Amino acid sequence: MLEIKCPYCGKRSQNEFSYGGDATIKRPKLGEEISTEDWDNFVYYRDNPRGKHSELWHHVSGCRQWFKVSRDTATHEIFDTCKMNEDFNV
Amino acid sequence: MSNNFRTTKSTGLINKDKKINFTFNGTIYHGYEGDTLASALIANGVHLVGRSFKYHRPRGFLGVGVEEPNAMVQLHDGNKSEPNIIATEVELVEGLKAKSQNCWPSVQFDIGEINNVLNRFFPAGFYYKTFMWPKSFWMKIYEPFIRKAAGMGKAPLLPDPDRYEHNYEHCDVLVVGSGPSGLASALAAAKNGARVILAEDKPNFGGSLLTDEVTIGNMSGKEWASDTISQLKSMPNVILKKRSQVFGYYDHNMTVMIERVSDHIENPSKYTPRQRLHYIRAGEVIVSTGSIERPISFGNNDRPGIVLASAAKEYMKVYETLVGKKPIIFTNNDTAYSTALEFIKNDIEPIIVDTRDSSNGELVKEVQQKGISIKFNSGIADTKGHLKINSAIIGKLDSSKESFISEETVECDCICMSGGWTPTVHLSSQAGNKLKFNDDIDAFVPDKKRQKETAIGAANGSFTLNQSLAEGFQVGFDLSNKFTDQNNPTNSPNSNEPSYEKHEKLWCMPLPSGKKPKRFIDFQNDVAVSDVELAIREGFRSIEHVKRYTTLGMAGDQGKTSNLNGLQYVSKIEKKIVPEVGHTTFRPPYTPVTIGAIVGREVGNHYLPTRKSPIHTWHEENNAVFVAAGLWQRPRYYPRGSEDMNSAVNREAANVRKNVGICDVTTLGKIDIKGPDAPEFLNRVYTNAWLKLPVGKARYGVMLREDGMVFDDGTTSRLSENHFHMTTTTAQAANVLSHLEYYLQVVWPDLDVNVLSTTEQWSGIAVAGPKSRDLLSKLFPDVDMSNEGLPFMGLVDSSIDGIKARIYRISFSGELAYEVNVESNYGLYIWKKIMEEGQSFDIQPYGTEALSTLRIEMGHVAGAELDGRTIPFDVGLNSMVSQKKDFIGKRSLSKDAFTESDRQTIVGLVPLDKKTKIPEGSHIIEDNSAVAPIPKLGHVSSSCWSVEYNNPFSIAIIKDGKNKIGKNLYAVSPLKDISIPVEVVSSHYVDPEGSRVRS
Ligand SMILES: [Zn+2]
Repeated sequence: MLEIKCPYCGKRSQNEFSYGGDATIKRPKLGEEISTEDWDNFVYYRDNPRGKHSELWHHVSGCRQWFKVSRDTATHEIFDTCKMNEDFNV
Repeated sequence: MSNNFRTTKSTGLINKDKKINFTFNGTIYHGYEGDTLASALIANGVHLVGRSFKYHRPRGFLGVGVEEPNAMVQLHDGNKSEPNIIATEVELVEGLKAKSQNCWPSVQFDIGEINNVLNRFFPAGFYYKTFMWPKSFWMKIYEPFIRKAAGMGKAPLLPDPDRYEHNYEHCDVLVVGSGPSGLASALAAAKNGARVILAEDKPNFGGSLLTDEVTIGNMSGKEWASDTISQLKSMPNVILKKRSQVFGYYDHNMTVMIERVSDHIENPSKYTPRQRLHYIRAGEVIVSTGSIERPISFGNNDRPGIVLASAAKEYMKVYETLVGKKPIIFTNNDTAYSTALEFIKNDIEPIIVDTRDSSNGELVKEVQQKGISIKFNSGIADTKGHLKINSAIIGKLDSSKESFISEETVECDCICMSGGWTPTVHLSSQAGNKLKFNDDIDAFVPDKKRQKETAIGAANGSFTLNQSLAEGFQVGFDLSNKFTDQNNPTNSPNSNEPSYEKHEKLWCMPLPSGKKPKRFIDFQNDVAVSDVELAIREGFRSIEHVKRYTTLGMAGDQGKTSNLNGLQYVSKIEKKIVPEVGHTTFRPPYTPVTIGAIVGREVGNHYLPTRKSPIHTWHEENNAVFVAAGLWQRPRYYPRGSEDMNSAVNREAANVRKNVGICDVTTLGKIDIKGPDAPEFLNRVYTNAWLKLPVGKARYGVMLREDGMVFDDGTTSRLSENHFHMTTTTAQAANVLSHLEYYLQVVWPDLDVNVLSTTEQWSGIAVAGPKSRDLLSKLFPDVDMSNEGLPFMGLVDSSIDGIKARIYRISFSGELAYEVNVESNYGLYIWKKIMEEGQSFDIQPYGTEALSTLRIEMGHVAGAELDGRTIPFDVGLNSMVSQKKDFIGKRSLSKDAFTESDRQTIVGLVPLDKKTKIPEGSHIIEDNSAVAPIPKLGHVSSSCWSVEYNNPFSIAIIKDGKNKIGKNLYAVSPLKDISIPVEVVSSHYVDPEGSRVRS
């Protein structure tokens, strides 16, 4: 079980959180003309890297904040976590 | 037959004043307090405890603790029965019952032993090769045969009556193992102020200090251990745990430890758990798990009576028990000589066989000074004795040590063997540590760590006491310094132990002349030298493949005594060095763990939390039959007298259509939405328009996922300019909240909106039916309940007996209906009030079944239709989709597949005979006489008995549904052999114009 540092609450065990996928995905703007290919890339297609991955986690059984986690998908090492409006330090 | 194999000393840890009776294979024996099942059996001269896994060979004890591969027994009877328990780990308790497993009819006479006679037919990979063909034989012949022949213990068929608990702990430093290095590191870390947990598997702290003749400072090793423990006990920052095995090392320094709380207690109190599982998140883990002695492979080295030398010593010193009275010590190193000396102390003269040419170690000299001659340059070639060893063939090795020059037969009743020591690296390896091979000790030791884990002492390959203590004190201090600012080191005391000469790199004896007895490497999995040779001959090169093909080092044992001997042998045949062969992966659990302990208290009703509405007690008192809706318990129906479900449901539903019904809808998700951008936010979340919803009005809304599938639906109302009350389905309540939070926090953080779950703050009561208006008018005389005063989709605040209530005019049943919401605490009161007032209107409560019936008849969609695979078009919600604005998921709706006109869409079905209920999940096909594969048009999502028309009715989602209305099709359920001719009708079966809700 991972130990994740919520930027609002501090270190908590993984069972308080739920995973939210790739944090680098940007939703297309509302009302914007967009090709099917670009839309599909947003909805369906994700990279599956081995190594450093920037991802979203939600502190569902805690402060209910979404935040960013930089994690190694192979070793589970967590390099940094930050609020949505912040950038990773490492 | 009574404890004939006890020493005359009383230097151990057993209490000979307290006899304990126990039963093994039906015979009653006694041992003493402090005994293990193993030591008590050995003291009674019982060595034969089981049959081996593959060949059903007689097996006895090899070890004294976790390393024991053979002595697995079935404990207790009935619902407490437990298989595969290692007898060396079981503390003796009055009345204990154990029996051998993997034998039939008895351990002395076992039919399966024929496998041993036929062993040339059971080589490595036998099962893979033999049982492959023909395929049809597998289920009927091969599998039952393998199960019977290869059965380990028997899993009990009854629920486990014992209580198990889970505990979560945090500490700065977790020390695993309480030998010299573990004690030293725990003491140093604790004295430096760190929060320390010290875990010891055995019932006594001290590890090797309990059996080794050493001094630390001015104390014996044993005294120093107990002194250190009392120091640690007195410190508030230390938790000491004995009978506690740290068996798993997971990510982010999460370790799991099993504590045997009351297994050793004769009559534990009812609420004392049997075992406790501790999840320990440690800042740093110190792995001081010591080392395990290696066996040596020689002919028939698995007979009962052949034990590890260190085990023999511990049986003598700790349990005052003799593994035999005519011992042979067989070794390739010095440490076994301490076992020899222990026998000598007990006036027993051992025969010593040493593979080396000579040794000048202190212990060797001491033995020689006692006048014992040592057979150097010798090895054991073979052994004899059916159910217990009775003699050994000792051979003189030639200079290459590849064969014997001469052989002699020597009588004996036990062999105590030592092939040197293997650091116990399992936890480090589980933690991701890349091990390295240490040539000096011929074993792997931890090297590159991936987690905050540090191996010390013998587990780190530091085999001398001085090294162990020094490492312990240093590492304990260094690691604790990460957590405290006391900077208070503890010095390592001086210590004294005998000097040891090097071991010989020899773990497999040559075969005796003219014979080919099995030389075992892995006792638990019955893997012999010849099996490893065969695997390599057949082309298996990777050690991981050899492991799986031969089963070497697998299962519960995890290769504790066999791993390195196997590797060593592979490297010898392959002419590679061991580091090149590599090692297999160690996996948790280090020792077998009872499933009950892993489950803990999450059994039965505690498997999941239960949510109950504030009105729950009324439902119970009124004969409700409950159904689980997620975690909620909801009334399904309220049978009267001898009514069955169908008649109760029909009565409840019909009463709503005719009079008035009352339904507890507290479980619906409720979300409070506030902020200046709340209307804009809802406009983006829902498919329909929200900006112009007037204050005091509710609106039905549908939300999609980005992939265009309907996610949830519900009614949301505007309480004031910037304040909304959203309702969701019961099932999706939590997901919708997360979804809203995601868009507000991640996607559109510029929107000034807050959302909060209020599901548990409100109690909701639906009042539905033609008489609902009259009833509510009586209850709320201040409110104008007329169609003009409170129109459909209107809401009004009022009160009843001083309790604030909010009345929504919304309907799920399709009838004129209201939903009364009050603060949760008043839910029960208001419910009772409505019931009381409703008597004169023939009110009846209705459950989830009638609720479903009512909505199905009306063609209202619910979870069965909104199953994550339907877009609004499919379920008749296209009118809810705004063309004027963008919203979540909108772009997906214009994708090619989503705009095809013949998509599967919602329809109604009525069986042609108007009698046969159509099972939910049935397939819809056009022609039931067609030959398979028959094209499937769709499926039945919901079924009910229509109380309006008094015949079955179903909702289905079928291809090009709209154009199928009026056609006859078939609803089929091939597994149940059901085929029902049906007519396709509109899904809005009752009141398609929706006039009743507006009446
Ligand atoms: Zn948090």
